Amino acid sequence: MKQNQECLHETYVWEVPVRVTHWVNVLSIATLSVTGIFIGSPVTLGLTASAYVMGWIRFIHFVAGYLFAISVVSRIYWSFVSNRYAGWREFVPFLSAEGRRNMWRMFAYYTFMSRKVPHPIGHNALAGATYLLVFLLYLVMILTGFTLYSEHAPHGPLHALLGWMFAHFSNQGIRQTHHLIMWFLIGFAIHHIYSAWLMDVKERGGVISSIFGGYKPVQGRE
Amino acid sequence: MEKGGSKGKGENPEQCFDVPRALAERGITRRDFMKFCTAMSAALALPMTLVPRIAAALESDARPSIIWLEFQSCTGDTEALLRAANPTVGEIILDVLSIDYAETIMAAAGHQAEEARAKTVKESRGKYIAIVEGAVPMKDGGIYCCIGGRSALDIVREVCGGALATITVGTCASYGGIPAAAPNPTGAVGVKEAVPGATVINLPGCPVNTDNLVATVVHFLTFGKLPAVDGKGRPLFAYGKRIHDNCERRPHFDAGQYVESWGSEAHRSGHCLYKMGCKGPETFHNCPVQRYNEKTSWPVGSGHGCAGCSEPQFWDTMTPFYRRLPNVPGFGIETTADKIGTGLAVATAAAFAAHGVVSGFRHKDDESKDGKGGNQ
Ligand code: HEM
Ligand code: SF4
Repeated sequence: MKQNQECLHETYVWEVPVRVTHWVNVLSIATLSVTGIFIGSPVTLGLTASAYVMGWIRFIHFVAGYLFAISVVSRIYWSFVSNRYAGWREFVPFLSAEGRRNMWRMFAYYTFMSRKVPHPIGHNALAGATYLLVFLLYLVMILTGFTLYSEHAPHGPLHALLGWMFAHFSNQGIRQTHHLIMWFLIGFAIHHIYSAWLMDVKERGGVISSIFGGYKPVQGRE
Repeated sequence: MEKGGSKGKGENPEQCFDVPRALAERGITRRDFMKFCTAMSAALALPMTLVPRIAAALESDARPSIIWLEFQSCTGDTEALLRAANPTVGEIILDVLSIDYAETIMAAAGHQAEEARAKTVKESRGKYIAIVEGAVPMKDGGIYCCIGGRSALDIVREVCGGALATITVGTCASYGGIPAAAPNPTGAVGVKEAVPGATVINLPGCPVNTDNLVATVVHFLTFGKLPAVDGKGRPLFAYGKRIHDNCERRPHFDAGQYVESWGSEAHRSGHCLYKMGCKGPETFHNCPVQRYNEKTSWPVGSGHGCAGCSEPQFWDTMTPFYRRLPNVPGFGIETTADKIGTGLAVATAAAFAAHGVVSGFRHKDDESKDGKGGNQ
């Protein structure tokens, strides 16, 4: 460890847009999940008919929905112009032989088959592939969310854009999907926080603080 | 109704019937008639200035023939039309039309009845209006519904194919409805699917709202064409708005006041039926405004959630009717998305907690350069 620390230096890994979209996603997914659970199975909180509990909760859900959508789309755009740690190639490691090898190494470490802690600078390969899946789920959430949202204005542009979804997946199917994927995302969040903590402890790569400050301690020159 | 039905259009010239006299005979005043015309202009979302035009159109001698066909149906739409407590102007307007064929209400029977239909189809080709109630079975050559020895498919092709326009009343005729519910043993479809070439306007709902039927006909008589429709072939004046957005329980939805069980205090106080499975947020129809039985009430008004009956395939896609979301396929019948989701979240947390404990005890993880792998 000692000799490691001597040649550690800081590398700027997560640029501002990466960190901003990350935290906007965290906040909006938390808000969307809490409000979404209430929308899905509300309890009577209104004391009189002039209260506006569901009204506000839905309003917050939709505003957070817009915020989330903008954040996700920005992050996808950024993956084409960012530094290499945040670039789109990070999310498809399985396309290259080396990436597949890295995924295997990480898998072996996670499942206690190997004691070697991989030390990637950006995402580890397995995480990168997971984020691809998570972003696909995000896109499904956004698509189903805005489709449901479009129903309040059946002659509006949003409905013209997304109305076809109803014919293909049925209204109830879209609601069900929107609802179920929330739980997948909650499951992902639990996994994500745990893995970040594990890597912070084991790899000592400062992965947790890196998403606040952007810098990661890296061994040697690149 | 019988009056129109028993009279063939061909021989009996129009002068035998005129609207002002028919109205007077039934004790409907001019004032009532004008009120009706105004109500129709409102239902159709037309400006008041068109009321005189509607009145003039209704009073004219133009009497398009009507053929009312009935296939796989419960006759609910005919009933809705006939069971009105008092004869309404709307009914009389339908009397204005010459109903040449309608099994339930016509005086003629058997071959005589079939002849009346054949005659209209032949003599007024391209000029009569077909009204269809009930789905058309397509499977096995259409043998599952036959009338007078001919299949429904055969009849609907002939009658709707030669009609000026077809109005489907009820969800079965519009989209197949209940006969088409999975597994759809008879291959039931709506008229537009059975006769793709026909000009069809759909008035789905169980049953059709008579006011909407009359308004569609009035629109046709006044302007000579059918009203504008949405993507599902339904007139926008009646299906352009969502039930949820016009519902009288909506303030309780927004307020956060929900019925949790039938007959509860909340139920009796008229709170929102969302948690009881109301499909008003997914259904387009003017029930809350137009209501049924002379505007007496409608399902949500009388305490039952909307079943989404005016949407295609509602029997399959709007279920369960008494809960919000369906069960997740592949899991036990009482397993809802939330139970699966909570299970998933707890299992994830437990798995990672276990992983964390194991990791915590593994002190000898390799920190050497090798461990760095080939990453980056
Ligand atoms: C991670 C993101 C999201 C989560 C976890 C989430 C969660 C939920 C949940 C659980 C429901 C209740 C579904 C039901 O039981 O019927 C819901 C409803 C809904 N969500 Fe989302 N949602 C997300 C994103 C979005 C987005 C981006 C939009 C777009 C504006 C959106 C719009 C809606 C709408 C319109 C409804 C239906 C509200 C209603 O019918 O009153 N959601 N959401
Ligand atoms: S009763 Fe149904 S349609 Fe009415 S506000 Fe509640 S959910 Fe909407």
